[in-house]
Amino acid sequence: MSLTTYFMEATYLIASILFILSLKMMSHPDTARRGMFLAEGGMFAAIVGTLVGTEIISWTWIIAGLALGSIIGAWMAITVPMTAMPQRTALSHAFGALAAALVGVGEFLVHINDLGGIKRGALGFEIMLGALTTTGSLIAAAKLQGIIQGKPVQFRGQNIVNAAIFLSMTGCFIYSWIHPEAAAVFYTMLGLAFVFGVMLVIPIGSADMPVVMSLLNSYAGLAAAATGFVLGNNVLIIAGTLDGFSGFILSVLMCKAMNRSITNVLFGGFGAAIAEASTDTGGVMREISLDDAAMQLAFANRVIFVPGYGLATAQAQHAVRELGELLEERGVTVKYAIHPVAGRMPGHMNVLLAEANVPYSSLYEMEQINPEFSSTDVAVVIGANDVVNPDARDNPKSLIAGMPILEVDRAKSVIVLKRGQGRGFSGLENPLFYKSCTSMLYGDAKSSLSHLAQAVQHV
Amino acid sequence: MNPAVLIASVYVFALAAFLGYQVISRVPPLLHTPLMSATNAISGISLIGSLVLAGAKGYPQAAHILGFVAVTTATVNVVGGFGITDRMLKMFRKKPETKATATDGKVVAK
Repeated sequence: MSLTTYFMEATYLIASILFILSLKMMSHPDTARRGMFLAEGGMFAAIVGTLVGTEIISWTWIIAGLALGSIIGAWMAITVPMTAMPQRTALSHAFGALAAALVGVGEFLVHINDLGGIKRGALGFEIMLGALTTTGSLIAAAKLQGIIQGKPVQFRGQNIVNAAIFLSMTGCFIYSWIHPEAAAVFYTMLGLAFVFGVMLVIPIGSADMPVVMSLLNSYAGLAAAATGFVLGNNVLIIAGTLDGFSGFILSVLMCKAMNRSITNVLFGGFGAAIAEASTDTGGVMREISLDDAAMQLAFANRVIFVPGYGLATAQAQHAVRELGELLEERGVTVKYAIHPVAGRMPGHMNVLLAEANVPYSSLYEMEQINPEFSSTDVAVVIGANDVVNPDARDNPKSLIAGMPILEVDRAKSVIVLKRGQGRGFSGLENPLFYKSCTSMLYGDAKSSLSHLAQAVQHV
Repeated sequence: MNPAVLIASVYVFALAAFLGYQVISRVPPLLHTPLMSATNAISGISLIGSLVLAGAKGYPQAAHILGFVAVTTATVNVVGGFGITDRMLKMFRKKPETKATATDGKVVAK
């Protein structure tokens, strides 16, 4: 080995250590940012090491790619609003997976005859995971952005079609593993994987996106790890595996928070059977006027805000912080209750509220805050629905039975901010809205909240 | 692949998986969005594979072009991913300390 190769391997080792350290520092908001600087340093070292240690003959494409990628990346980093974070993350899963798939195709073009059985196997996984994650993530991003409808797209025999695609893809993989010279079969596998990615994500409704996002995250990481096996590159294996496992852990957490299995999310087609299943609970929803609501809040001792995806769509994060601060000035204890699957990706609500300058010490996880609802005067539900549906706890027949919820119905009084009388995203009836302690405040969450803030000032 | 190298790779994979599980399960739900965005940026390390494809000796023109696209998308992830993670992490702040220390002071004075 030449000196430059040793240098390259040394940078890879340093990068691996820095990546792990940076994720360790993610365990606390105070250290997380410094941790990211370490990871950036590791990445820079690995890039320099590669360029020094590899015999580069043409710099044109490298410089063009680095420049173009940096411009697009920097532009995204600066301009993407926090409310669009789920779409941006889905897009970046697509980009990462596409890079892995393309490197795989490149290896196939150049080295396929030198690759042994195990590397050919890893190459197959790299191609399949990379391609299906690319299209799957693009569909997820389009759904989140509202370019295509967020409702599940389903048709008769869907699971059979999907199984057929999956089996053909696997067949191509095995054939191409045995006969690596058969390029047509290899590219068919690639094409089928692209199609499979689309088919995998279109039947999934937007409310299940936190799970899908985490799974795609996991696949993108595993595709990078497979690339590491093909290239015999340890830093790729380590970074890819870290990403893969992080996604996997998050999807398990998200599934637990919905009391569903991963297979149920992927193949269950949630949302289709609901029309028949939801029973009419009857009763009336009581509407409340702005002034009455403001009065309740102003004279309360303890208030808990419960944000949901509606907060993000209405961009109401700043309005709720203003109202919260006004209440705190009056001596009210204000807390925020965050359900693990509130929003469209893990941690979505935390980021939005942090953007609006809500200190993270006021944000509470479900297990921490649930015992406190019974001693709370007013719980304000902002654009959340399923995560506060008492049916999940009380009605074993409910479609979401067993899903852990924020127990807002134990509060002395509940104010629900809602756009209209409709059933909200999942289409499930929510008995919370009919309880005697609940009152409804209709209208756009952002304007309702800022009107409430004005009214509180006049109390 | 020679078996010793393969075994070493499997070791690296298994240990990274174990370490990843240990480290990442400690990340609080508060930071799950930045975590996802950070791991994404880190897995942009596939950039180093793309760089080789885009310019190294012994690869045909077609591979260079595939490599160019791969370098572009991986760089978007690295630059965009780290940039946006930093932007998010910057926003997380504690409760302003001033009030808390002021009241502490009073208690001590009493």
